[in-house]
Amino acid sequence: MTSRREGSPFQGLATVALKEAADHMNSARIHLVMLLVILTAIGSVYAAIGQIKMTVSEDEFLFLRLFTTAQQPLPSFVSFLGFLIPLVAIALGFDAINGEYSRRTLSRILSQPIYRDALLTGKFLGGLLVIAICLLALWLLVTGLGILLLGLPPSGEEIARGLAFLFASFVYAGVWLAVAMAFSTVVKSPATSALCALTLWLVFTVFWPMLAPLIAGALAPVDPLNPMTAVHQINLQQAIARVSPNVLYGEATLALLNPATRSLGLLFASQMNGAIMGAPLPLSQSIALVWPQVAGMIAALLVLFTIAYVAFQRQEIRA
Amino acid sequence: MTPVIEADGLVKRYGRFTAVDGIDLTIGKGEVFGLLGPNGSGKTTTILLLLGLTEPSAGSIRVLGLDPLRQPLQVKRRVGYLPDQIGFYDHLTARENLAYTARLTGLASAEAGRRIGEALGRVRLADVGDKRVGAFSRGMRQRLGLAEVLVKQAEIAILDEPTSGLDPQSTQELLEQIRELAAEGVTIVLSSHLLSMMQTICDRVALFKRGGIGLIGNVAELTTGVLGGTHVVEVEANGVDLPCVLKGLPHISAVSIIRPNHWRVDASDDVRAEIARKVVNAGGALQSMTIRQSSLDDVYVHFFEGENHDVAA
Repeated sequence: MTSRREGSPFQGLATVALKEAADHMNSARIHLVMLLVILTAIGSVYAAIGQIKMTVSEDEFLFLRLFTTAQQPLPSFVSFLGFLIPLVAIALGFDAINGEYSRRTLSRILSQPIYRDALLTGKFLGGLLVIAICLLALWLLVTGLGILLLGLPPSGEEIARGLAFLFASFVYAGVWLAVAMAFSTVVKSPATSALCALTLWLVFTVFWPMLAPLIAGALAPVDPLNPMTAVHQINLQQAIARVSPNVLYGEATLALLNPATRSLGLLFASQMNGAIMGAPLPLSQSIALVWPQVAGMIAALLVLFTIAYVAFQRQEIRA
Repeated sequence: MTPVIEADGLVKRYGRFTAVDGIDLTIGKGEVFGLLGPNGSGKTTTILLLLGLTEPSAGSIRVLGLDPLRQPLQVKRRVGYLPDQIGFYDHLTARENLAYTARLTGLASAEAGRRIGEALGRVRLADVGDKRVGAFSRGMRQRLGLAEVLVKQAEIAILDEPTSGLDPQSTQELLEQIRELAAEGVTIVLSSHLLSMMQTICDRVALFKRGGIGLIGNVAELTTGVLGGTHVVEVEANGVDLPCVLKGLPHISAVSIIRPNHWRVDASDDVRAEIARKVVNAGGALQSMTIRQSSLDDVYVHFFEGENHDVAA
């Protein structure tokens, strides 16, 4: 007798994913969070347009400025997204598995002809689908507002950079969805798993930028007689900071939405030899620049999903 | 009788705790089989093993000739399960909940719609089929769970404590529907603490004790095996040393005291005449005597006497 299980582990995957997406789309929780995101997006973009009209006479990438321009006290659209995307993702995933336990639906669903693989992956894909729809709608809204209020259509490269930014945002949201799902698998109570995910979000959003220099300073103190120790400390600080998906996302959006960005790390004057200051990089170069950041986020997503997967496969189903 | 469920030396361990300890079990097609025992005695774990929802530590199981561990999809397609305290998605209607599991089962939309309509009618939920399940009572949820088994057209229905927490009327309604299922030839595996229900509905019962099956058989076999007889005579009489006198009679397996001058006699036949004669001959005064058939309650109480009824799982 073969030791393999019969059938595909993903039988029923589409059914689960579509049901999850439909549930999310109809849930008051997501309506509230998305309303918050849309209002802040409209607010920040409207403020950015006012700022652009006042200060910019000519710009090759005027449309991209919509995403990055801030007018005090409102931060830029990108800063808002970096802050709010994790909230949306956590709201989608914090009770994905433990919610099934607490509703006592898990054993009933798993007694249908599907594997656990399909349930977990379907829930993840359902959440990703909702995030993709929301981000696309938001991007179209911002672009539409820009066309209406600036009176200019975006160029081809701006659309391409916008789409690349959309992809990076999607991956970033995927990381936080995987965080929320991992907690929902490991922690039994939905309220506790939401708190855990929000704590992690708070640590990476607020505390990590403060902690990274402290840790780097402690691990690699600067020797005043050796300037290379300062370089080493800055590199270490950057490496520690990049543990946070928020930092990776911030760097990726910076290079994609600001084509003049030539490096995301320490840059020496010697390396700038021959460069024309302020000249934009081609899109392919910008993508090459942010690829490590995007790949890092994809890797984090996969690791977190694997943790959730292994934990779920090893759980006893008694609810 | 064609066996549809066969377990051979089934063992399930959680760390050092053995939840199921070497179960051998054969259930035939169309049989109504009861799993009886205190909480934590291994009934639910056995059910999860039958469905392939947990892996056995040792032993083997065949359900409808299939291995639930290696062929769980085929098993789950043909076996319906009504868990203890069944949960539904409260924000969905009864019909939507059933449609979701029907899609997971792989039913085509039109066929699923037809079966869902029929099933809701049979469990008397047709008029609330488009209402959200959040507003349903516990009895309605249990009936909806039964509707799910009907939609699947399961060959085996595994019902774990289906009447737990239900009021008497809901219990009767659910019982009626289980009887209808059984009459259609569906094999039913039923776990419950409602002994009178088990006695009336089950063809055979397995008594679970500390993870193993202590006894298995129909009610008459169990009463004979545990009590030594199928009749219980309650005797109220005055006299000296009457228990010893009664114990000597043929067909009597046990005499126990209920209260002073009031005894319970377990016997394999109707022995009232012999008891009356013996009491009078021994100089006693017979005051009253009643007889009844031994019930599963008697078997349960006697079999699990001294057992902790909430064994930690």
